[in-house]
Amino acid sequence: MSQPQQIPVTVLTGYLGAGKTTLLNRILSENHGRKYAVIVNEFGEIGIDNDLIVESDEEIYEMNNGCVCCTVRGDLIRTVEGLMRRPGRFDAILVETTGLADPVPVAQTFFMDDDVRSKTKLDAVVALVDAKHLPLRLKDSKEAEDQIAFADVIVLNKTDLVTPEELANVEATVRAINPTAKIHRTSRSGVDLKEVLDRGAFDLSRALENDPHFLDADDHDHAHHDHHHGEASAIHDVTVKSVSLRGGEMDPKRFFPWIEKITQSEGPNILRLKGIIAIKDDPDRYVIQGVHMIMEGDHQRPWKDGEKHESRLVFIGRDLDEAKLRKSFEACQAA
Amino acid sequence: MPTVAPLDLTGHCVAAVFLGGVPHFALADGTVHRLDNGHKTETIHDGLLAAVYDAAGDRLITGGEDGKTVATKADGVSETLADIGRKWITSVAAGPQGAVAFATGRSAWVRFADGKQKEFQHPRSVEGIAFSPKGMRLGVARYNGATLHFPGADGKPVDLEWAGAHTGISFSPDGAFVVTTMQENALHGWKLADGKHMRMTGYPGKVKSLSWSAKGRWLASSGAPAAILWPFQSKDGPMGKAPLELGTRGNLMVTAVACHPAEEIVAIGYQDGMVLAARFGDQKEILLRRPGKGAVTSMAWDREGRRIAFGSEAGDCGVIDISA
Repeated sequence: MSQPQQIPVTVLTGYLGAGKTTLLNRILSENHGRKYAVIVNEFGEIGIDNDLIVESDEEIYEMNNGCVCCTVRGDLIRTVEGLMRRPGRFDAILVETTGLADPVPVAQTFFMDDDVRSKTKLDAVVALVDAKHLPLRLKDSKEAEDQIAFADVIVLNKTDLVTPEELANVEATVRAINPTAKIHRTSRSGVDLKEVLDRGAFDLSRALENDPHFLDADDHDHAHHDHHHGEASAIHDVTVKSVSLRGGEMDPKRFFPWIEKITQSEGPNILRLKGIIAIKDDPDRYVIQGVHMIMEGDHQRPWKDGEKHESRLVFIGRDLDEAKLRKSFEACQAA
Repeated sequence: MPTVAPLDLTGHCVAAVFLGGVPHFALADGTVHRLDNGHKTETIHDGLLAAVYDAAGDRLITGGEDGKTVATKADGVSETLADIGRKWITSVAAGPQGAVAFATGRSAWVRFADGKQKEFQHPRSVEGIAFSPKGMRLGVARYNGATLHFPGADGKPVDLEWAGAHTGISFSPDGAFVVTTMQENALHGWKLADGKHMRMTGYPGKVKSLSWSAKGRWLASSGAPAAILWPFQSKDGPMGKAPLELGTRGNLMVTAVACHPAEEIVAIGYQDGMVLAARFGDQKEILLRRPGKGAVTSMAWDREGRRIAFGSEAGDCGVIDISA
């Protein structure tokens, strides 16, 4: 599916004041060996004059298929198409969203539009989070939470403005919303650009190579083992939760219809889903990922000798019935 | 036997047209190439996004990444009609009495022959624009329908509603119908006299190329592994009638269509660069060009209906002469 000529796309989200412009200016000016075409909502404070910065109105279009979560960004379809008619000018595309933007239509554009999909591939969704103001943001907007829930990489910024206790709390909140993202603590958007660009987060095989503990439910955050996780109920103003499932080998005749049905019926509530599935009598690991009702799966690599044939699946979303998901998932296991 | 005179360029061809009988090729890099006693090139934009042939003025109207709207004539001389600065001109249109229109973001402008401009703002993006062939009327394709403006008068615009994102727009040559291409794989049409809807669905891909046949009897379209032609002979358009399918080729998609200026013949360009011509009546096909390097993006007949200029996304352009 991923052909070499597909241009990687990084999506940069984050509330106003979280440090997006600072990070963007670094990406545009630092020497990291790649040339970016950047799609922004407003030229605003980007201090760099560059032909490849394109201004675009965020234009969310509902697809006319009766599904309210099937939304795309119409302006991105047009702009990406225009950019891709002159390839060779840039190696990658970066989409900066407004502070209040819903990241889902941006991501879905790269799956749902055939033209965009044939020429580009989503690399990662990066969320900048202001460590000081996050608690306030979560109180007054659903978008701040969605941006965290949807991200592959979270840059926890402005850590110099909070106490270690506040930072630990904020990080625990972020973890509760999104147990699978990579978190980087930083101040002044000083994250190593390697951790933000060219991540291959939507290429699950690569995401797994980069992070062998990806989806390990007992080891969410590999640098810090001192936090509590999964305790969303203890944190106010959080409505997103995650459900991590674990099982043995799956019966393909039961698992595939099940996941299909879940993504159809629960699609509007599912922000992201990621999984590694052990299929009975299949020598390869099977990886799946999804956004709302869109789901993709592929064989990744053969199971290694001695590796436990185990299935793991994580849903991040709202109003997810954990008990029901767990029970029906476990019922898909091979006898 | 048809003969092909190739013109191998580098880059995506946005439009192939005849100006003063000379084939011109407008590329996404902003260059316009012409075959006028040899290959000549002019650079008219820093990045060209949209192009349309202005039949009344026999000129090419283009919009660029440089915010400019430019008119180019057969001798290669171009004139900047409008410059709105650092915005992409994503759609252009040519109208009656020397008027042109251009759009960026949520605004469309009409520029009259005397240089006067009028801006029309919309609550959502202007996706596509076209003038009606009759009267001073500009159609705008937008989210959830189309809007018709009357730039010559101060009257209120007419809104035509249909759920979904409409990306392009075209009027029938008699001005009786307006048809939009959609983000979903469909066309939508309105009969302007009574606002009656016409749904034209069943395409496996997005429709990007439309062409009205002589006297507007048929509307040819891309977006399927055949050219799909909807009958517009009756006063109610194609409703309840099956379209013609011409030049069916397995799974290879048609990417461009161009109807002959006088006869019921359509030139069909494919994803692999092949070009066929097919006659409506007996569905007879002839091969005009073998597959090339990239999908055919644009085709145009000369006024006599003897030659076809074509361009591709890979830049392998050329002229087909069917009179030989």
